[in-house]
Amino acid sequence: MGELRLMKGNEALAEAAIRAGVDAYYGYPITPQSEIMEHLMAENPIKTTGMVVLQAESETASINMVYGAAAAGKKAMTSSSSPGVSLMQEGLSYIAGAELPCVVVNVVRGGPGLGTIQPSQADYFQTVKGGGHGDYKLITLAPASVQEMADFLKLAFDLAFKYRNPAMILSDGVIGQMMEKVELFDYIPRLSDEQVAENCPWATTGKKKGTQRRIITSLNLVPHLQEQFNQHLVEKYKTIQDTEVMCEQLDCEDADYIIVAYGSSARTSMKAVQMAREKGLKAGLLRPQTLWPFPIKQIQSHLSHAKGFLSVEMSAGQMVEDVRLAVNGKVPVEHYGRMGGMIASPADILQALENFKQSIN
Amino acid sequence: MTNEEIIIAGFGGQGVLSMGKILAYSGIMQNLEVSWMPSYGPEMRGGTANVTVILSEERISSPILTSFDTAIILNQQSLDKFETAIKPGGTLLYDPNGISNPPTRTDIKIYSVEATKAAHEKNMAKIFNMIVLGAYLKINPVVDVANVEAGLKKSLPERHHKLIPANLEGLKIGSEIVKKVN
Amino acid sequence: MENNILDQIIKPENCVFKKTRLLTDKPFHYCPGCGHGVIHRITMEVIEELGIEEQTIGVAPVGCAVMAYDYMDIDVQEAAHGRAPAVATGIKRVYPNKYVFTYQGDGDLAAIGTAETMHCCNRGENILIIFVNNGIYGMTGGQMAPTTLEGAKTATCPYGRDVSTMGYPIRITELVAQLPAVRFVTRQSVHTPAAVRKCKNAIKKAMQYQSEGKQGTCIVEVLSNCNSGWKMSPVQANKWMEENTFKYYQPGDIKDNFKLLKSPVIEQQ
Repeated sequence: MGELRLMKGNEALAEAAIRAGVDAYYGYPITPQSEIMEHLMAENPIKTTGMVVLQAESETASINMVYGAAAAGKKAMTSSSSPGVSLMQEGLSYIAGAELPCVVVNVVRGGPGLGTIQPSQADYFQTVKGGGHGDYKLITLAPASVQEMADFLKLAFDLAFKYRNPAMILSDGVIGQMMEKVELFDYIPRLSDEQVAENCPWATTGKKKGTQRRIITSLNLVPHLQEQFNQHLVEKYKTIQDTEVMCEQLDCEDADYIIVAYGSSARTSMKAVQMAREKGLKAGLLRPQTLWPFPIKQIQSHLSHAKGFLSVEMSAGQMVEDVRLAVNGKVPVEHYGRMGGMIASPADILQALENFKQSIN
Repeated sequence: MTNEEIIIAGFGGQGVLSMGKILAYSGIMQNLEVSWMPSYGPEMRGGTANVTVILSEERISSPILTSFDTAIILNQQSLDKFETAIKPGGTLLYDPNGISNPPTRTDIKIYSVEATKAAHEKNMAKIFNMIVLGAYLKINPVVDVANVEAGLKKSLPERHHKLIPANLEGLKIGSEIVKKVN
Repeated sequence: MENNILDQIIKPENCVFKKTRLLTDKPFHYCPGCGHGVIHRITMEVIEELGIEEQTIGVAPVGCAVMAYDYMDIDVQEAAHGRAPAVATGIKRVYPNKYVFTYQGDGDLAAIGTAETMHCCNRGENILIIFVNNGIYGMTGGQMAPTTLEGAKTATCPYGRDVSTMGYPIRITELVAQLPAVRFVTRQSVHTPAAVRKCKNAIKKAMQYQSEGKQGTCIVEVLSNCNSGWKMSPVQANKWMEENTFKYYQPGDIKDNFKLLKSPVIEQQ
């Protein structure tokens, strides 16, 4: 059993970064995720694991610092909240285009614009549908507990390196700011420069005599070669969709109505499902842990018995579109959610579920 | 079976958040699942602070709640806001200091603890919140005092361990002065 | 017949010039007379002469030199426009013992990437910035650069740069020279063989500084012509540069070993 601690989600993620053998964190302060860099700076891991922690001049700079370290084969990460992640979109597109492994954390707040500093899930489209320019995908993990903030940090790096693809941890202000019991995994040593060179033969670590030089770029002036590369990405993404979906299902087997929710909305929805079952309403919760790849088959597996799906999100209705695509018109799909930093309580969600049931019958 | 949903509310600076944290840490020492969710939204305005703490033997679903088993109330605004949010049969513990409109509900158990007065008399303002916590644990021993001590030891840096006896003294005072009101 | 003559001439004993093996065999796409080819060559010569190619990582810009990696036979990362100093920071922090340099033009370094340039220099990242200043956006077809001289005509200032609405040409090299963490600042050119030799020495010195214990950013500005953008012949362009550019951007060392060699503050005329 690992060490047990009471930690905020943001702190647990930062601690996990040190323990996962991350080489570098480059970041810029923004609420509600500043505890991540604060925790790292206080721990000063350069003295223990050798991990670099640097405060950059902007999110634009920090994502490009991540690009530099990732292109040299190192485990690099950054974190921010919505407005800062918007600034990172250029860098993310280049990282995806150069097929670099890295981890970016978005502790989402209300928007658009400067918005609020309270929790939101309104960056779903930006994360899973694009964000930056060009055809690319971010492997997207959605933690719903402090434990998952820690565990998904490590998982995100594993997936990022497995597929040479950027991974996003899409969290929100609730999960970032709340404290829970977390079991911390043991320290994994950082890789030596020699191990990095061996594991990442594509990385720019300095050209050895008699070997080919390595070039990290996303530029291609020849359209048919660019198309070939796009095709390669499409195939990679298909492999990820086929093999890496993660989702948790509670009380779904016999459910008439299934709530689909991720992150903190999944937590409030879990309570709403319990309350519904106590009232005799057969509800279930399907919680995507990966938002891309999206749990399409898992949703479809309930089409034989479910009478409807309710997507509960702190947004105007974004993930609901993916639920609709998965359900493909077979049964009704609706959205319920608050916005701007307002949080729907379990009682609110139960009410929405009852309204949804009535609208169908 | 333990499944206690608590709201602690008062002014910023009264140690509301840290009391919740100590309670949550004690829960971990007692092998419980715990969550600690500070006020995070428009209700933060006006200098009040509140935190929802859940202690449970089972996996905790929502860290955000609108009704509570117990409300620990340390100012009038919080009493006005949370008295109605206590489940029927639930518990209200409050410090009467500064309360001009006392609670009126009859379907809940109401206790008072003169923690402000006691802390002032003993010149121990810093353990005010521990006096309140001691009162709560007397009413509902959801965690053992031994686990509070273990939680303090684990959560406080070594250099602050000398403060633990005073904190435990606060718990003891609270347990002695808590009074049932109705 | 001709082949026979060439065969007779191409012999090791007749060799007077040989390109460094750290330049690939790919022909430069640069316009004839452009400075980029020369600056690429001397940079690669320095790396070969210092024997540091296995420890060197370059960062290419967006601009005419966007495909510098096609010609440099070393490991290179291509950065987004203006971000090279941030990318280089990311590399250097996780590989403090490797040699890291950026190769950037004036639009990249002094317009879109100003923040990255200033803050990289302000942190004293132990890297070399090679800054090629030709006073124009060459790659996109000759638009105004932050360094375009007052009155000079470009596609986006067809009546000449009007400083009252377009701002003054920026001397970013003098600006960063004032930052305490910057170690070596010099302005060079490659318009004559003598200038090329001096410029190469400056790049070599700056590259060597990286291996020493003292941390600090080095920046070598290289004045170059953009004869096609300036709409001149290469010879005319170099002459124009000597007569005009050198007055505003004076060649020479500005700072060495953290010590200013001349005032970086230049009074506006």
